[in-house]
Amino acid sequence: MNIVVCVKYVPDAQAERTFNASDNTTDRENVDGLLSELDEYAVEEALKIVEAGEGEVTVLTVGPDAAADAIKKALQMGADKGVHVNDDAIHGSDAIATSLVLAEAIKKIGDVDLVVTGMASTDGTMGVVPAMLAERLGLPAVTFASELTVEGTTATIRRDGDASTQTITATLPALVSVTDQINEPRYPSFKGIMAAKKKPVEQWSLADLGVDAAQVGLDAAWTKVESFAARPPRSQGEIVADEGDGGSKLAAFLTERKFV
Amino acid sequence: MAEVLVLVDHVEGKVRKTTSELLTIARRLGEPSAVFVGPGFDAAKETLARFGAEKIYRVESPEVLEHLVVPQAELLAQLVSSTSPAAVLVPSSPEGKEIAARLAVKTESGLITDAVDVQATGDGSGGVATTQSVFAGSYTVSATVTKGTPIVAVKPNSATPEEVAGAAADEVVDFTPSDAAKGAKITESKPKQATGRPELTEAAIVVSGGRGTGGDFSKVEDFADSLGAAVGASRAAVDAGWYPHTSQVGQTGKQVSPQLYVACGISGAIQHRAGMQTSKTIVAVNKDNEAPIFELVDFGVVGDLFNVLPQATEAITAAKD
Repeated sequence: MNIVVCVKYVPDAQAERTFNASDNTTDRENVDGLLSELDEYAVEEALKIVEAGEGEVTVLTVGPDAAADAIKKALQMGADKGVHVNDDAIHGSDAIATSLVLAEAIKKIGDVDLVVTGMASTDGTMGVVPAMLAERLGLPAVTFASELTVEGTTATIRRDGDASTQTITATLPALVSVTDQINEPRYPSFKGIMAAKKKPVEQWSLADLGVDAAQVGLDAAWTKVESFAARPPRSQGEIVADEGDGGSKLAAFLTERKFV
Repeated sequence: MAEVLVLVDHVEGKVRKTTSELLTIARRLGEPSAVFVGPGFDAAKETLARFGAEKIYRVESPEVLEHLVVPQAELLAQLVSSTSPAAVLVPSSPEGKEIAARLAVKTESGLITDAVDVQATGDGSGGVATTQSVFAGSYTVSATVTKGTPIVAVKPNSATPEEVAGAAADEVVDFTPSDAAKGAKITESKPKQATGRPELTEAAIVVSGGRGTGGDFSKVEDFADSLGAAVGASRAAVDAGWYPHTSQVGQTGKQVSPQLYVACGISGAIQHRAGMQTSKTIVAVNKDNEAPIFELVDFGVVGDLFNVLPQATEAITAAKD
């Protein structure tokens, strides 16, 4: 079982995230980055599948030099090897271009049975790359899995929707995106941290993938951010201490604002 | 005027409010054409006409729905090719975004998700300008689509539905999903028990409970019901197993933007704020007067929710009688 986990290096969601004023792209320089929290669940799920049977987990990322940290974390958790696609021309790529680069990298890795991703990144939060990637690779996709089992050549997931809980199957090779409900990602052990230092990480450029630089980056994006603006801070309203009448005061506020 | 395709979100013909919002937005961009997939067309037709659908393209084949999103993406790609629409609008739900993602690749078109407003660019280009709320609601971004047919996934509550009679001329589309579209299949679907409350992302009022409930959501639910509100939960409450994940409000759950949001026993960590801080009016009840949620509120009560909520529920219920 050859599994590729796609991961993203993102600005820390706990930090003050912002944009580059020069080109309206996400500021990835002045905010500390890390492996997107939602991708840890994808790494964990891939490791569990391989540990229960056999195979290999390759962790794949597209990003600048600092994105090597995301691969390192996944290798420390237990992934076998890494692939880092890094090329200055990729800066400013939209989801469409990112999915193209990921698809070509997965083709180059070759002989992949399962592609696992998180449900969305914690920076862009669009959640569309998994479907775009599946479309480009011609793979069936089973998404938002809160449970995954792989038996023989069939992947089965459980998806908890608003109206129903569904069981969905797909024949391998397939792509699966997982939610934060599927498992509890492990912390890297000391042994894992030491072992990760010796694990191979391939460095690929666009040329290595046969992707024309004109197909990616900010200028090739199919959407354009025209402007951005910080949301004005909310001004704090009235705070009352409950002295036995807090509920009445709350009801009075809601009535005055015509919510009742 | 060019058509604007709107993918109808419905359950067995019962059209969801998001669709009437999309039809209203579509009228700003061109002539609304609804795309209806699945059973229940007769029930849906009246609603679609009432909110201005001039045309309705429909496919009733059950196999389109049992294979999830790919057949719907193929159907929309076929319609984009045959009608050259000004834009395609879909609900910004997980399913809608997945359909939009595949459609964008198939039609080589730019995609914008999670739009909270969509307008014509007004420069005569026929383009669309969108507004999104990003980085946990701390920034607002204006964007345009620069390639292909603009595909926009629009969040609930992004427009006030306007009733304008449409011709609703329906046309059965000759469509067969490809074999490749059948790679994934729903083998079982267990409906959830209906709560009778509004859907979280569509509700005008949301009342959420967190760690402060200690696992007892009864007072939160009673208060929500007095207001006709949806019930949400913080990640802490969901992780503790007190409330289902589908009710989680926050970065890794639902992002809501109701007229009124009431946070009960929720401290207001960034994870939670990401899901609710674009709400119009925010109210909090929390025992800790230093809880960060109070920085956001229009009105706050420092107190025990088990005392405050029942008193408020009683006052609201009495006011209604």
